[in-house]
Amino acid sequence: MKIAVCLKRVPDMDVRFKIAPSGKAVDETGLKFDISDFDGYAVEAALQIKEKLNAGEVVVISLGGDVVQETLRKAMSMGADRAVQLKHDAVPVDSFAVASALAAELKDGGYDLIMFGRMSIDTAHGAVGAIAAELLGLPCVTAISKLEFDGRTAKMRRELEGAYELVECALPAVVTIDEGIARPRYPSLKGIMAAKKKPLETKPAQLPAERLSLDAMALPPERSAGRIIGEGPDAVPELIRLLKEEAKVL
Amino acid sequence: MSNILAFAESRGGELRRAGLEAVAAARVIADAKGGQVHAILFGAAGMAKHAAALGAHGADAVLVVEHAGFTHNNPEAVAATIAAKVLAGYAGFVCAASATGKDIAQRVAAKLQVPLVSDATAFTVSGTGISATHPGYTGKVLQTVTLTAAPAVVSVRPGAFLPKENAKAGAVETLAPTGDPSASRVKITETAAGNAAKLDLGEAPVIISGGRGLKEAANFKLVEDLAAAFGNAAVGATRAVTDDGWRPHSDQIGQTGRLVSPDLYVACGISGAIQHLAGMRTSKTIVAINKDKDAPIFKLADYGIVGDVLTILPVLTEAVKKAKA
Ligand SMILES: Cc1cc2nc3c(=O)[nH]c(=O)nc-3n(C[C@H](O)[C@H](O)[C@H](O)COP(=O)(O)OP(=O)(O)OC[C@H]3O[C@@H](n4cnc5c(N)ncnc54)[C@H](O)[C@@H]3O)c2cc1C
Ligand SMILES: Nc1ncnc2c1ncn2[C@@H]1O[C@H](COP(=O)(O)O)[C@@H](O)[C@H]1O
Repeated sequence: MKIAVCLKRVPDMDVRFKIAPSGKAVDETGLKFDISDFDGYAVEAALQIKEKLNAGEVVVISLGGDVVQETLRKAMSMGADRAVQLKHDAVPVDSFAVASALAAELKDGGYDLIMFGRMSIDTAHGAVGAIAAELLGLPCVTAISKLEFDGRTAKMRRELEGAYELVECALPAVVTIDEGIARPRYPSLKGIMAAKKKPLETKPAQLPAERLSLDAMALPPERSAGRIIGEGPDAVPELIRLLKEEAKVL
Repeated sequence: MSNILAFAESRGGELRRAGLEAVAAARVIADAKGGQVHAILFGAAGMAKHAAALGAHGADAVLVVEHAGFTHNNPEAVAATIAAKVLAGYAGFVCAASATGKDIAQRVAAKLQVPLVSDATAFTVSGTGISATHPGYTGKVLQTVTLTAAPAVVSVRPGAFLPKENAKAGAVETLAPTGDPSASRVKITETAAGNAAKLDLGEAPVIISGGRGLKEAANFKLVEDLAAAFGNAAVGATRAVTDDGWRPHSDQIGQTGRLVSPDLYVACGISGAIQHLAGMRTSKTIVAINKDKDAPIFKLADYGIVGDVLTILPVLTEAVKKAKA
C-alpha cells in the first residue's frame, strides 16, 4: 500500500506563549518545534499499516520553510521512506490555499491512502484534509480513531459526543486522524542514522491567493489564582454555599 | 444575498442542541447583514416535526430534506445538498463545531472551494468579510481571523452562542437531496451510543470529570452519581483514564480530546496536566478535589478541596441532591 502523510511543524504546546511585537504571531524565541499532534498519530498509523502488510511505502509531505526539513527527517527517523518539502516561507492560515498546494503534489502520486491530522494544533481549523480530498476527487473520512482493512475497503470508527459511528469506504481515500488510533513511537538511534540518508525532495509550493488572514493574536484573560476552601468531606457545606451564592451554578 | 444557512444538526431523528446553537450564531451574522436565517434539517421521513423548534429559536425558514439515505449521517450527501443550496443564494453557512458539525463544515468548504473558520467564539461582520475569534494553540492563544472568501463557512464553538427564544416564521420548505444519497462513497454502517450518559460533553452546562485518582473503573459510579444529582451534567475523563479503558475515548477532555467550557467543571482525582487543562481551562467555574494539595489543578480551581475523592464524592452528591430538592 502506498501511503502519504501530510504533516505540519508546530511549536510544543507545554509553554506559556508570548505574542510577538507584530501582534499577529507568537514569539518563537526559545520555542521547540515538532510534528503537530494528530499528524504524529497519522505517521504512526501509516507505519503500522506498512509493517503489518510488510509491503508498501510511506511518504511524508510538509509545506513550509526550510525548518520543516527537520520535522520531515524526524518522521523518516520513525520509519517513513521519503519526504517532500513544498517550500514556502510562511505557512498560510488559509486552509484552501494549503490544501491546493498539497493536492497538486498528491495528485499524480498513485497513493492508496492519504492521511492528514484532524486539525493542526496551532491554527486549529481542521479543514485541509477534506478540502484536499475534494480537489483530488477522492472520498474522505474525517477524525477517525480506528482503521482496519477488508481487502480494498477501509473500516473506520469516528468518535461523536457520547457515541460513535462505524464507517466504510473503498480505497483510494483520504482520512484525517484523531487520537486513539496509534501513539507515535520514539525514533531509535538506528532510525535517526538511517533517516539522514533517506531522500528529501524540495519543490516550490503552488499556492493560490489567500482569502483568510490572521489579523491578531492575544492571550486569553488570566484566571484568578486558585483557592483551596478546605479539607475532606467537612468542606462540602462551604462548597455548596459558594456554588449557590458566589458562582450561582446551583 | 445576505441570508445565512444554518445546519440543524440531528442524530437518530432527534434535533440536537448544536442545531439551535448554529441558528443562534447564524442570526448574529444575518442580523448584521439584514438577511434571514434558514435552517437545513436532514433525516429519514418525519423530520419536519422539528421545524417548530427551529422557528421558535430564530429560523425564518426551515428546509427539510427527508430521505431513507439520511437514517444515519450521510456526510457526502449532506455536504453536496448544502453546498448546492448555498451556491444558489446564501452569503454563508454556519454549523456548530460538534463532531458531526466539524465534519460537515469542512466538506461544505471543500465543495465551495473556500477556506473555513472553525470553532468561532465571536464574530464581527463588516462590508469586506467576517472577522471571527477562535481559540488556537490548545486554547492558549486567541486568534482573530478575517474571512474574505464568499460564501463564508464557519463553525461555532459549542456553548459560545446559546439557543435563544426568538420566534420567527420557521416556514417549512421541502428540499430534494442533491445527487442520490444511497450512492455515497462514504457509508456510515452504524451509530452506537458510547456510554449511557443522557447529556453529552458538548451540551451539558455542568461537567463532572474523573481522573486516575478514582483508582478503578468501578469508582466512576461516584462521578456518575454526582452528575445525576446535578441533573444537567455530563461525565468527562482524562487521557490516563481513557487509555486504561475505564471510559470511552469520546469522554476524553483535553488537548487531544474534547474542548469544553461548561458553567461548572468538577475535576475529581485529576492532577491538572497541561494537556488536560487545554481542554477545560475556559470553564466558567472550576472545582477540584484532589488529595495532593500541590496538584497543579488547584492553581486553576476557583474552589479546591484537599482530600480523598472516594469519601468526598458521596457526601457532595447528597449535598447537591438536597440543594436541588
Ligand atoms: C501529546 C499528549 C496529548 C495528551 N492529551 C491529553 C488530553 O487530551 N487529555 C488528558 O487528560 N490528558 C492528555 N495527556 C496526558 C496528560 O499529560 C496526563 O498524563 C493526564 O491528563 C493525567 O491524567 P490524571 O490527572 O487522571 O492522572 P494523574 O496525573 O496520574 O493524576 C491523578 C491525580 O489523582 C490524585 N489522587 C490520587 N488518589 C486520590 C484520591 N484517593 N483522592 C483524590 N485524589 C487522588 C493524585 O494526587 C493526582 O493528582 C496527553 C499527553 C500527551 C503527551
Ligand atoms: N503546512 C502544512 N504542511 C503539510 N500538511 C499540513 C500543513 N498544514 C496542515 N496540514 C495538514 O492538514 C491537517 C489539518 O490542518 P488544519 O486544516 O490546518 O487544521 C494537519 O493535521 C496536517 O495533516
